[in-house]
Amino acid sequence: MSARRTLATAVRVLRQLRHDPRTVALLLAVPCVLQFLMHELFRDRPAVFQSLGVPLLGLFPFVAMFIVTSITMLRERASGTLERLLTTPLGRGDLLVGYGIAFALVAAAQATLVSLLSFGLLGLDAGHSAVAVVLLAIANAVLGMALGLFASAFARTEFQAVQFMPAFVLPQILLCGLIVPRDQMAGWLEALSALVPLTYAYDALDRLASEGSLGSRFWLDVLVVAGVTLLALALGGATLRRRTP
Amino acid sequence: MSAAVEVRGLRVERGGREVLHAVDVDVEAGRVTGLLGPSGGGKTTLMRSIVGAQVVAGGTVRVLGLAAGDPFLRARVGYQTQAASVYADLTVRENLHYFAGLLGVGGAAVSDTLALVDLQQHERQLAATLSGGELARLSLAAALLHRPDVLVLDEPTVGLDPLLRRDLWSSFHRLADAGATVLVSSHVMDEADRCDALVLLRDGHVLATGTPEALRRRTGTSGLDDAFLVLVDGAGEEA
Repeated sequence: MSARRTLATAVRVLRQLRHDPRTVALLLAVPCVLQFLMHELFRDRPAVFQSLGVPLLGLFPFVAMFIVTSITMLRERASGTLERLLTTPLGRGDLLVGYGIAFALVAAAQATLVSLLSFGLLGLDAGHSAVAVVLLAIANAVLGMALGLFASAFARTEFQAVQFMPAFVLPQILLCGLIVPRDQMAGWLEALSALVPLTYAYDALDRLASEGSLGSRFWLDVLVVAGVTLLALALGGATLRRRTP
Repeated sequence: MSAAVEVRGLRVERGGREVLHAVDVDVEAGRVTGLLGPSGGGKTTLMRSIVGAQVVAGGTVRVLGLAAGDPFLRARVGYQTQAASVYADLTVRENLHYFAGLLGVGGAAVSDTLALVDLQQHERQLAATLSGGELARLSLAAALLHRPDVLVLDEPTVGLDPLLRRDLWSSFHRLADAGATVLVSSHVMDEADRCDALVLLRDGHVLATGTPEALRRRTGTSGLDDAFLVLVDGAGEEA
């Protein structure tokens, strides 16, 4: 690992984004628009907006970074830049962490903007701490990035990569407890939901937004999110081969 | 003294088919070596094996005395792939700046290399908007940034105008004169005369090696195009 090469990679990824202002605008604006829609949908039932708003805020970056990373990595593989990078002194860790830093910064901007809107204008209650919500959103973005990176190894075309969004992400959103509380699920679904990383990300956000103490379960959630991120990064890193057939 | 690049009994399989059959090649330092032969003959595969990007089925590839792909070699080998592998959504300078950062060379190297490939006027242009020739030169520049000891260039002059081709070939010779090992592939035989040494590769076999002059003498021909045809016919008769 080299700090210089990691940083160079992060700067490069951010520069690529800077040349694509439309993507940046979409990344920043879409979550705000969605959050505003949620607020309007539940205008007469503020309790529902309160229970969904904070978890959604923390999950937007997860979905966004999953898609962005799986497409970006696929482009690196297809364009030959990945092959060139891997013949230079750049380590696989440098590449992954460089991407992580760049996308975490984007996620921070994204989450901060939705937070300002939600907590400032839409009257959402941050519960324990608005800063903790933003930090969890960033952690979820890195989780999404790590899973996206891993998923991209199994896509040959951009069409396939786009389909991984519903395949990898939607089942997790259905199962994580956001739609139906886990204790109201059929036994096998509840068991399945325990295997899904987003369950822990959702639970942590839900606890932050709820009253009462966070409990040790909150820290377990955070630990699982961090652990799965590292695991996915390691698996994703293993798919970056210096030698290919 | 052993050659800078030493390939012995190299076998490579791609898609379940052997594409290099026990290839032996020596590439000497301080010279421009041309890797020539028809498309699909294994030139790219051989180059990928030398830079350590290719899974090989057998044989050895040694570069500067180390096994190809050795971490130490990554800062000393420059590789230009056939497709321009640069970031289309970055400017010319931003592309080079990134690769310079990875290779540990500074902004001066970026400016020098831009001048070398004659891209200074385009430095603020997005790579996506470059012409084919400009894009190829940008990709070449990324391989030259650190003035590598071993330079592996896969068809770097395809689609370039004659003037630029001449300039690039003299750059290759300047690098070789400074001690670098330069291996350049081409499927255009008229480029062979610009090389100090040649390796002719066809259907995964080395057909012939030597200086352009020696190959002409051996085949009794005046042009290298004819020399190649004679060699191919000869190989056919032996088989």
